[in-house]
Amino acid sequence: MSTPNGNGNGQPRKLRFATAWLGGCSGCHMSFLDLDELLFDLAEHVDVVFGPLTDVKVFPPDVDITLVEGAVTNEDNVEIARAVRANTRVVVSFGDCAVTGNVTSLRNAMGDPDPMVRRVYVDHPDINGAMPTEIVPALLPQAEPLHELIPVDVYLPGCPPSGERIRNALFRLVESLEAGEGIPDMDWRTPDDLRFG
Amino acid sequence: MSRRPARPSVPVTIDGEEHLAYEGETILDLARRVGVRIPTLCQLDGLSVYGGCRLCVVQTEGDHRLKPACATEVTGDLEVTTSTHEIREHRRRIVELLFAEGNHICAFCVSTGHCELQDLATEHNVDHIHYDYEYPRNTVDASHPKYLLDRDRCVLCTRCVRVCDEFEGAHVWDIANRGSESRIVAGLDIPWGESESCTWCGKCVLVCPTGALSFKGRSTGEMVHDPEVISFLSRARREGEWVGRKEQV
Repeated sequence: MSTPNGNGNGQPRKLRFATAWLGGCSGCHMSFLDLDELLFDLAEHVDVVFGPLTDVKVFPPDVDITLVEGAVTNEDNVEIARAVRANTRVVVSFGDCAVTGNVTSLRNAMGDPDPMVRRVYVDHPDINGAMPTEIVPALLPQAEPLHELIPVDVYLPGCPPSGERIRNALFRLVESLEAGEGIPDMDWRTPDDLRFG
Repeated sequence: MSRRPARPSVPVTIDGEEHLAYEGETILDLARRVGVRIPTLCQLDGLSVYGGCRLCVVQTEGDHRLKPACATEVTGDLEVTTSTHEIREHRRRIVELLFAEGNHICAFCVSTGHCELQDLATEHNVDHIHYDYEYPRNTVDASHPKYLLDRDRCVLCTRCVRVCDEFEGAHVWDIANRGSESRIVAGLDIPWGESESCTWCGKCVLVCPTGALSFKGRSTGEMVHDPEVISFLSRARREGEWVGRKEQV
């Protein structure tokens, strides 16, 4: 990163960075960890304030960047996505499930999810078959891409987006926000940065 | 297609550059011959012109309507523009609509990484779909011993319909129904494996631009189509080039 991280005098406030995990397999988060040693570079510029990698229960205010993995597939996802949007400057739709619905949306063509849940939790188990009613959030009629529920600022497709693809987008975004330039133009992206799947 | 006249003689301007076109040549053929890229999907050299996907639309001077380059023959002093903001936006919307009306889940498609629809999406900077997805309930036909038809991934380009009719002469494939109900069917909507006219030649599979038609047993990303075979056969037949192909399929 070319942006000076500064120390002592005039050190810029670190960006507040979050990730959220909706209806996805966490593969995008695994891929985020594939940034490997670049995570140290990133840590010089951001504080991680929320996500599966922290033990924070409530989405905090004044977040600069949030990567949102997964489709919106249940009531809990709706709540988290709305909290993310209300408290984040730049919401990134992170990976194919968030961007397109992807695997999570496969159930949509089969209609009402209730018979599917019943098949798995009531018909299939050998013992104690019952419909889940507590703790497990209710499924929505359809799994939808994130932008169907909340406005999204940046789309980062891929299943999962590779570490390199995440680096290309995220570091440019960090650089741009630190320079006070807002959301950067994403036209620089090559097919390698864009391809679904 | 008949053989060309010896010399191009029709003056045509493409994106400000003057060229000479052969009489009867399409805008697309001319553009390709002079190295101007116009995206296509349903079009395949060697097959009849369908003009269904509208990805190859271009602007011609004096006509506000966009025209399909694959189905428009050149005329003298034609001025063609192949890429304006409006044209690119039009193409991008077509690509997005194709994604919205199917169940194209690239992540586990047999053709991911070798898919013309996926390539068109990246070419047009499609990073998400602006339209609501339809999530249609399509059917898979796995009745053929060698091949598979996954209608979730079909873009109705009709390449399979045309190649089976025009090259193999079997005419197994057709499109049933209309509009958003349209779908590829074998025979009079029978399972592919029960078709007595199918010769198992596999040309439909080779020309498919997406993962809709594949060889059975291929896993994610393992299905590489080869539509060029048909272009080769067509050209060889037309030009009498009965020579071997360097890399055999």
